[in-house]
Amino acid sequence: MKKIVKKALVDTLPVMTGYLVLGFGFGIVLHAAGYGLPVALVMSLFIYAGSMQYAAIGLFTGGASLVTVGLTTLMVNARHLFYGISMIDKYKDTGKRKPYLIFALTDETYSLVCRDLTKIPLEQRKNYYLLVSLFDHLYWVAGTALGAVAGRLIHFNSEGIDFALTALFVTVFLEQWLSSKDHLPALAGVGVSLLCLPIFGAEGFLIPAMLGIAVILCLYKGKREGGKEQNG
Amino acid sequence: MDDLHIWLAIAVMSIVTAATRFLPFLLFSGKKKTPKLIERLGKTLPFAIMGMLVVYCLKGVHFGGLSGFLPPLLACLAVGATYVWKRNTLFSIISGTVLYLVLVQFVF
Repeated sequence: MKKIVKKALVDTLPVMTGYLVLGFGFGIVLHAAGYGLPVALVMSLFIYAGSMQYAAIGLFTGGASLVTVGLTTLMVNARHLFYGISMIDKYKDTGKRKPYLIFALTDETYSLVCRDLTKIPLEQRKNYYLLVSLFDHLYWVAGTALGAVAGRLIHFNSEGIDFALTALFVTVFLEQWLSSKDHLPALAGVGVSLLCLPIFGAEGFLIPAMLGIAVILCLYKGKREGGKEQNG
Repeated sequence: MDDLHIWLAIAVMSIVTAATRFLPFLLFSGKKKTPKLIERLGKTLPFAIMGMLVVYCLKGVHFGGLSGFLPPLLACLAVGATYVWKRNTLFSIISGTVLYLVLVQFVF
């Protein structure tokens, strides 16, 4: 058990760096918009979706209706559907942990739990999923609280430190690339996204990119295994 | 926005966010067997998604000047090179992030 806690802590260090900084930034911006610690804490505990929480500040100050709020959330977070699809098997027999594991499946947690973890024995792996999810959630809440409370007192130039999250995604991408002979899915992910970015813009390219990726991956595998999947 | 509206908005965001996370599990779990297509998508998607997330993180890159693309490009190369060399995630992330910090704060 001790070993798995240590592994989860070490593996989540990059997320800690990123979440503390991004959470801190969120706390400060929310404070500047006129909302204090209770709002910040409740948002980070229960919404727990970074880019949506940043977007929410604009919705608050713009006086958006609840319908607008709901639709924006759906658009910004639609990518979660993909994470779920690829974790159905891995989270299958996680028992009581499962609802929390699903609730806490952020981009960064996903990047850690989607890796090939078969080296860890199954029982321990379930606890590893839980610990990674829990630690990441705590970092996010702690960062937000610090930003909301002490944001005005501390001045340091943290510009660029959120690159830690980009770096995390790059290493996971590379690890997957190096450990697999089939590079088409990875290439499809990068290629379709790069194609959609200039067409739909930085704010709107994720959903078309996801649709494109889904279509390619469905066709690709279907082709490979012959006509078996016609009715699937 | 008044207080009540803010709390209601937070409730809506929490519920919709949770819905996007729970929906696949609600649709494809329990006694019914997961459709083959979804099962196979589940295996190939992580590769594609990480590629998409890397692009998503770099969406602010522009070519209107050296500072628009050189820091992220060099830092990503540093992450990649150190990772292929050492295969140590933490080492690569620290190297790349420190390089990026120095580049954006002191060089460009």
